[in-house]
Amino acid sequence: MTSLPKNPSGKKLGLVIDLDICVGCHACAVNCKEWNTSGKMAPLTDLEPYGAKPDGVWFNRIHTFEAISDAGISRTVHFPKSCLHCDDAPCVTVCPTGASYKREEDGIVLVNTDICIGCKLCSWACPYGAREYDEDEGVMKKCTLCVDKIYNENLPEESRVPACVSTCPTGARSFGDLGDPNSEVSKLVAAREGYALMPEQGTRPVNRYLPPRPKQVGGGEASAPRMLAHQDDSDDGAGLLASWVDKVLSR
Amino acid sequence: MHPAKSVIFFTTTTGAGYGLLFWLAVLSYRGLVGPDFMFGLIAFGIAFTLVVAGLLSSTLHLGHPERAWRALSQWRSSWLSREGLLAVLTFIPTGLFALAWIFLGSVSGPIIWLGLLGAVMSLATVYTTSMIYGSLKAIPAWSIGWTSPGYLVLSLMSGAVLACGLVVLGGYWQAADWLMLPTLFFLAFGLVIKLSYWSNIDRPLANTAETATGLGEFGKVRMIESPHDQPNYLLKEMGYSIARKHSKKLRRIAVICAFILPFALVVGGWLVPEMAQYFLSVATLLCGLGLVVERWLFFAEAKHVVTLYYDQ
Ligand code: SF4
Ligand code: SF4
Ligand code: SF4
Repeated sequence: MTSLPKNPSGKKLGLVIDLDICVGCHACAVNCKEWNTSGKMAPLTDLEPYGAKPDGVWFNRIHTFEAISDAGISRTVHFPKSCLHCDDAPCVTVCPTGASYKREEDGIVLVNTDICIGCKLCSWACPYGAREYDEDEGVMKKCTLCVDKIYNENLPEESRVPACVSTCPTGARSFGDLGDPNSEVSKLVAAREGYALMPEQGTRPVNRYLPPRPKQVGGGEASAPRMLAHQDDSDDGAGLLASWVDKVLSR
Repeated sequence: MHPAKSVIFFTTTTGAGYGLLFWLAVLSYRGLVGPDFMFGLIAFGIAFTLVVAGLLSSTLHLGHPERAWRALSQWRSSWLSREGLLAVLTFIPTGLFALAWIFLGSVSGPIIWLGLLGAVMSLATVYTTSMIYGSLKAIPAWSIGWTSPGYLVLSLMSGAVLACGLVVLGGYWQAADWLMLPTLFFLAFGLVIKLSYWSNIDRPLANTAETATGLGEFGKVRMIESPHDQPNYLLKEMGYSIARKHSKKLRRIAVICAFILPFALVVGGWLVPEMAQYFLSVATLLCGLGLVVERWLFFAEAKHVVTLYYDQ
């Protein structure tokens, strides 16, 4: 079972994440937690949620990076990271029990928590940190691609997308079949030159990231809101008392 | 990586136990030790205690130890599964060999072949253990190719030091005389392999925050907001950075305790046979201690590529 499927159907469900429009609001992470804590791999246990060192299982984490070019031009990029449902998933092949598996019909990578022994080896094998161990239950958990939502016939058709996708307020996340070159997501990836994370690891991820668009340089007044002049920054003209107060307070 | 006590204990004790089983079979094949009841009881007792205690500690740290038997099922793809299976199978020839030695007082004929088969399977088990780590590409320090030679040689080395001590204590001088040379050879070889391993992992990683995020074309990448303000599972398990601070000192301790002092003590035992039992007892203890430090470093120094997403 932990051998990868020999006759995959060609269908590769996955996510496309647009780094150009993600605003780093963490809404997808929150809704992921909300849906999945009562979903297929429920619960997403929290330890000490209101204590000094809260910890817990999340399937989706949002990092924020800054990239600075040699010329000193800086870009802030919000970077959501969840399981990439890799084609050559090393987390699956290392699993000694068959608990980790990749579905033949759509490529979704899942954990059967009923037989997982909690050896954690799969989380060591994943280069992307997409698996989080549930200390409380003693088993491994991970993104399910919301398998219990995307095929759920009790939901209206338009709701059958992953929780993180439906909740994103900016539409930075898309869901679809990346194995079909004519799907909306595949076209999006082609148009925006979407890329895979750490291809050198040989995992062949299904999920794709769309790079931030080139920064607009120049453009003058029209491109950005004008800065308001901060007149009270200098102490010219301020009274003695006021500048003394300013000095004391800015210590 | 987080250096969990259970895996440090597991890899060092099973390594030494399987190494000892290997040398016992070889010594008996060469006719250097007889199937003596007391010696067999003590020597195999130590070897099996080391192996069983190691295997048990590796299962007890599981989230669900009662499901451990399931780990034998996926040998087609998983090195951990292969290791479990081989560890169980190895008990058959080694166990029969030990029983024949101790209770039949005979290791002749087919029994010695059983012993040698056990020796080969012991080494094969050590190899599968090494591949659990060596096959993880996400931890470059382990997957660059020095992991398996390291585990095999250190297992043969610690087994040899142990066996040397036992034959000296048991008064098998001929066996001691013969075994000292391979022991010295493996102590030296072990040191060379470990030094090469360290110089290899000290080279900068091919993966960087730029390649991990794919944002390299925009410039130098650093994390400005972590997804969580307290360490999560990933950081606790894989973001261990204390070792890098003390690694120089600890490597020196490992080199001296595991290789150099035992080497000197074995030479001492060879030169001054009257003192050999003391020298070799100390050598065994020091070697064990040094290997625990070495194994601690093996885990603690290994950097997982996921830490690149956390600017570590
Ligand atoms: S992202 Fe990690 S957990 Fe998900 S399939 Fe790839 S290797 Fe496995
Ligand atoms: S933690 Fe569970 S799913 Fe992961 S490798 Fe071990 S048994 Fe398989
Ligand atoms: S697909 Fe579902 S489980 Fe995966 S990150 Fe999105 S919401 Fe979470």
